[in-house]
Amino acid sequence: MKALSQKRRHPFAFVALLLLGLLLTGGLYAAATTVNQAQASNTPDGFSSEQVDEGERLFVANCASCHGMNAEGSDAGPSLVGVGAASVEFQVGTGRMPMQMSGPQAQQKPPQFNEEQTSQLAAYVASLGAGPGIPDDEWLDIDQGDPARGGELFRINCAMCHNAAGAGGALTEGKYAPSLHGVDAVHIYTAMTTGPQNMPVFNDSNIPPEDKRDIIAFLKTYEQQGSPGGFSLGFLGPVSEGLLIWTLGLALLIGSMVWLTSRSS
Amino acid sequence: MSASKEKYTEAQYLEATEYEPKTGTGKIANYVDTRVGGTSIVREFGRKVFPDHWTFMFGEVALYSFIITVVSGAFLTFWFDPSMSTTRYSGSYAPLQGLEMSMAYATSLELSFDVRGGLFMRQLHHWGALMFVLAMSVHMIRVFFTGAFRKPRELNWVVGATLLVLGLAAGFTGYSLPDEVLSGNGLRIIDGMLKAIPVVGTYISFFLFGGEFPGNEVIPRLYALHIFVIPALILILIAVHLFLVVMHKHTQYPGPGRTQRNVVGYPVGPVYAAKAGGFFFIVLGVLSLLAGTFQINALWNYGPYDPSPVQAGTQPDWYIGWFDGVLRIMPGFIGNIPLEFVLPTPWGGNSIATPVLVPMIPITLLLLGVFVWPWLENWITGDKREHHLLDRPRNAPTRTAFGVAMVVWYLVMWGAASSDLMATHFALSLNDVIYWLRAAFFLGPIIAYLLTKRICLALQRKDREIALHGHEAGVIEVSADGEFHEQHKLPNEHELWTLVSYEAPAPSGPRPNAKGKITAVEKVRARLNRIWFEDRVEPVSREEYLEVLGHHGESPAGLEAAQSREAITSGASSDNR
Repeated sequence: MKALSQKRRHPFAFVALLLLGLLLTGGLYAAATTVNQAQASNTPDGFSSEQVDEGERLFVANCASCHGMNAEGSDAGPSLVGVGAASVEFQVGTGRMPMQMSGPQAQQKPPQFNEEQTSQLAAYVASLGAGPGIPDDEWLDIDQGDPARGGELFRINCAMCHNAAGAGGALTEGKYAPSLHGVDAVHIYTAMTTGPQNMPVFNDSNIPPEDKRDIIAFLKTYEQQGSPGGFSLGFLGPVSEGLLIWTLGLALLIGSMVWLTSRSS
Repeated sequence: MSASKEKYTEAQYLEATEYEPKTGTGKIANYVDTRVGGTSIVREFGRKVFPDHWTFMFGEVALYSFIITVVSGAFLTFWFDPSMSTTRYSGSYAPLQGLEMSMAYATSLELSFDVRGGLFMRQLHHWGALMFVLAMSVHMIRVFFTGAFRKPRELNWVVGATLLVLGLAAGFTGYSLPDEVLSGNGLRIIDGMLKAIPVVGTYISFFLFGGEFPGNEVIPRLYALHIFVIPALILILIAVHLFLVVMHKHTQYPGPGRTQRNVVGYPVGPVYAAKAGGFFFIVLGVLSLLAGTFQINALWNYGPYDPSPVQAGTQPDWYIGWFDGVLRIMPGFIGNIPLEFVLPTPWGGNSIATPVLVPMIPITLLLLGVFVWPWLENWITGDKREHHLLDRPRNAPTRTAFGVAMVVWYLVMWGAASSDLMATHFALSLNDVIYWLRAAFFLGPIIAYLLTKRICLALQRKDREIALHGHEAGVIEVSADGEFHEQHKLPNEHELWTLVSYEAPAPSGPRPNAKGKITAVEKVRARLNRIWFEDRVEPVSREEYLEVLGHHGESPAGLEAAQSREAITSGASSDNR
């Protein structure tokens, strides 16, 4: 040991130490990645390598014609590198993808893939690069959310497109913000994190997960309460009210007027 | 009642004072009558004759909706607090609990969720208000298209038009009271319109809102207008309107025995009084049905007012829709050139908000046009006579066409307020909807005018045809020599009267004034007069009618009928002279 302590001031000691350090970290990293690869090739959190492989197969068969063989994108569809599992959960889970036809925006329709296939696709897309993931159940539990706070956040951030009652609204050039009634909590959440179609992204520094949960709690509370005043007329406000008074209201009155004057005395 | 002579003889007076009723009801009635004098009211008003037609009842609907709105509104005032001071909501509507809001909004929510029957009364009040303005509008359209605004009723038309404008004001001030985001947005637009007025706009806005928008003055001020000033004005004008109706007597549609000097119908008492009273309850029933089954103005959705968000689906109530719509179709830019500019002034320049000011032009024109129309039409046609018989719309083709054009113009502006919902519900592009509405704004009235005028003239020709040759009976006869020919059924006297009793004068040409000169204004009038009257279908004359009857070779019985018809036609034409 004495020799070692004597040589520690040797001119090459620094170099040797650096080499040793590099070797050690490099070796450890190599070992770690090999271990990881032994589990799955670049598998994202919460998914298995089988899911990634199966997802890739589904992707090539159903999505690659627009998004490219390696999801690198094409003229017909954007690159999916880095869009995250949340995007797949939203787009495929609500039936928007695979798209039925091109148009101003992808239309919602009955999902083409079941839950298992959707998570396989999500695993594959997530494996391409880091992106927003599927939220934990904790953030979807509406019992933990505060609907009043969520309502306030909803009115500030969402109602200008989705309408104060979540009934949806028009955007430019044939695009629109869809109705939020009957949308699954996970899809509301993933829509916020991924910003599908024309929707802006509300990431976690913009609206933290707790707030997202509040918004979902508000929407679900609102959905459950129904419309206290009778038929809601689509929650569209004064236009549908005006339409009703000019149709049903006027028709009922004209009917009674004609009846009253049909027999003069 | 003649004022010059004694109304009753001495004996009649004695009989009246010495009258002793026998039954209990009679005693009570006599007690009241001798103190209130109801007999003369009932005698005068109860014998007033009104003609019978379902289109005459829209004014009644307006009156009843107004009464229902006043009564339900009085109920709302017991709980509503028109204050903009803030409170923390602690009522029973969970999604708003703990939020800071104005007292106005909190008490509106209390009315909706915590007052027994409150939501129903709020909805009844709102549906009643929508029906009030609707009934006034339809009533006005009926009066316009039948020419009921002509002499001597021009002033009553103006009273009615004022009532309509007051109805809009009553509705809008009420819409703004609950102080949620929707009504706040409406106020924001009004604020914007006020501020767009050059130079003084900002001052007017600050005056109304007691400082910068939204301030904390506007709700109490609107409340005072909504529950006191405007309803009081409406009540006064309703009284004037009804008084003038009674004084002028009601107009009637042309028909056998109906002349400019009589009213054919039934007296108010007892049948009409009962019918009108019953009709009030029908209107109440219809409005209650709506209030009980259809949600209106779900103000809990919109949240406490906050000037920053504007929610999708923000629209005014239907009658303010055309203000909103015309703003929506007005472009802010043409190409890259902004339409708003700054007018340099010694104090640093004033912004001229053309995109807000220009849309006010069609609104002003339309409203002003309504007020001056009776005199405008009168000036063009040169018709100074009284009219108590109504026009069938087809028999005044130019007026009807112009009216439809204006209705279409209004409808385009009105529809534009729902441009976003047209886009979403008919799967259209919002931009395209706006472009089409812009085109319709200019072309719609023109197309409507041309089409309506042609349709009116065609209907008049059809009437002529029926008067002269009768209805096609659908029976084909073969004569002995093999000729086919369709039977025609001649109209009966009642129908014939309606078909022929109108007038279609030829254009009158310019008239020289007292000095014998034809002024430039008179030339304009003559030109408009020509446009007004040049396309015309003359009513069937007596000679024509007799000639056709002779041509058909009627039997003696038919001739006899023809003579009675002749009497009708000549009677009708003399009525119009």
